[in-house]
Amino acid sequence: MSIIPTKPRVRGRRSLLASLGLHGVLALAAFIAAFPVVWVVYISLGAGEFDYQHPQRIAAHPSLSNYSHVLGQTDFLTWLGNSAIVAAGTMVIGVLVSASAGYAVSRIRFLGRGTLMYTFLLTQMFPVAVLMVPLYKILSETGLLDSYLGLILVYCTTAVPYCAWLLKGYFDTIPVDIDEAGRIDGLTPFGTFWRLILPLARPGLAVAAFYTFITAWGEVAFASFFLLSPNKLTLAIGMKQFISQYNSQWNYLAATGVLIAIPAAALFYVVQKNLVTGLTAGGTKG
Amino acid sequence: MTVAAPVETAPPRRAEERRAGPLKRIRRSYDQFWYAWAMCAPVVVILALLVGYPLVLGVMYTFTDATSLNVGHTIGVNHIPDTFSWVGLKTYLDILSGPDNQFWPHFWWTIIWTVSCVTVTVSLGLGLAVLLNRQVRGRAFYRLLLVLPWAVPTFVTIFSWRLMLADDGVLNSLTGAIGLGHISWLSDPFWQKIAAIAVNTWVGVPFMMLSMLGGLQAIPAELYEAAEMDGASAWQRFRHVTLPGLRPVSSTLVLLGIIWTFNQFNVIFLLFGANNSDSVQILVTYSYKLFFGQTPMDYARAATVGVLCLSILVVFTEFYRRWIRRMQGAQA
Repeated sequence: MSIIPTKPRVRGRRSLLASLGLHGVLALAAFIAAFPVVWVVYISLGAGEFDYQHPQRIAAHPSLSNYSHVLGQTDFLTWLGNSAIVAAGTMVIGVLVSASAGYAVSRIRFLGRGTLMYTFLLTQMFPVAVLMVPLYKILSETGLLDSYLGLILVYCTTAVPYCAWLLKGYFDTIPVDIDEAGRIDGLTPFGTFWRLILPLARPGLAVAAFYTFITAWGEVAFASFFLLSPNKLTLAIGMKQFISQYNSQWNYLAATGVLIAIPAAALFYVVQKNLVTGLTAGGTKG
Repeated sequence: MTVAAPVETAPPRRAEERRAGPLKRIRRSYDQFWYAWAMCAPVVVILALLVGYPLVLGVMYTFTDATSLNVGHTIGVNHIPDTFSWVGLKTYLDILSGPDNQFWPHFWWTIIWTVSCVTVTVSLGLGLAVLLNRQVRGRAFYRLLLVLPWAVPTFVTIFSWRLMLADDGVLNSLTGAIGLGHISWLSDPFWQKIAAIAVNTWVGVPFMMLSMLGGLQAIPAELYEAAEMDGASAWQRFRHVTLPGLRPVSSTLVLLGIIWTFNQFNVIFLLFGANNSDSVQILVTYSYKLFFGQTPMDYARAATVGVLCLSILVVFTEFYRRWIRRMQGAQA
């Protein structure tokens, strides 16, 4: 772990004006960053369908009725379950697969290594549209259409290469001596990887896990195309049921949005301390 | 265009070449390499089956007149076979010089979109990272708020933006209150573009900022101290210590940013939908529209636009990497 966060340098005392400027800019940026999120939470408290047009009314009569409607009267919990299965599946498969590949690419100068790294980059360039039709055909021929596994595998194709890249950078920062010590103690290469390196790579893994989870949790294009039966819909697609051509139930949409954001934000909170170190290693060594 | 194809076969083929070498070397390398290949195998299999093979199929469709009517499909128990025919390069020619001339306006807007989004996102990300890297009271708190857009799923936050940008939304109340009048963010072609760039920036800054912050923390403090001793001003320190120190991080970030923005589907699709607002559709959403926005679905043209996107990115990346390598060479 060669990247030790350096303490910000104390460069004399900042003048009052500079200090105000610094806080002013940061506060403004933080406000812009947080406002849309806060706004959707606020709108979700308005019980009426058109309350979003009159935000001042909501403050007078905040209510949780949208939430009870979404939780009680709709298929929200089914969608939540589906999304959880797909996102967790993508996370587990994606992190395992990308970690092992990242480790191999980081440690061993095997032939084909450069090609593999370049392919990881290439897969980031694939526009949805080229793959959509062929993937649909492949999934329907293998019976994976309208299944969780099919969607998980499709998400892995975008998430895994990036995570492998990221984790390769992270493994590069773990001294090779540790691997050698493991080998001397009689561990197999897999044992070294599993028992010594993975625990040390926790920050990197946390970022990869977060990234894969978010990729799957918020994906729209593939999910709307590959999932057919109503009881398999994920949140992003299920939510669309509140919008029809003539009638958009913004209040329910807002409440659903907040409910969807909570698990993602919770996971984010768990990993956020690792984000900076995890991301950097990938960036510097990319 | 079949860039991914050699990869499926590359490691095993080269393995054979290896085995042809001197015995001692094989034994040693096999000992070292067998588990490397085993560890990469799942990735290679997934990529080969779900990226490589579909890509080959997708490229094949670009030389046909495939639509949802003539591509083989199954209705109930009846399987209807493929009936599309090969048309060679006709689809490409149609798109690039077609009478409807849809491609080039989308192309130029995609370029403007990518360049402006990446420029703004990278500079804002860098600026905020520099500010956050200082000793500020409440640093952790600011950081938490600043990364919030990344923590919440895109379709939720973009939905919130739609509420805010709507004709009777909060942003229009604001512009009305300060005398700028009413702006049709979601329907006027010019303001749609501004809105799209703004929202994409908002979505993209947290990732850039965190990555840059990590990069900043990897720059040794001694370099700054030395520069300060030599009497370098704050700007000079930024220009000659921070920027070069960040280069390994930022060159990758800019490349990824360009690729991701070029292919940014979610923001445009969720903010405007696929079927309305032609002028704001980038190539990727345009291709999606060719596919889903009409009946019959036009497989051939959608795939062709997709392949064109991919080719642009591959060519660009090649030049970019060469350029970076040359710069690094010049630096060393």
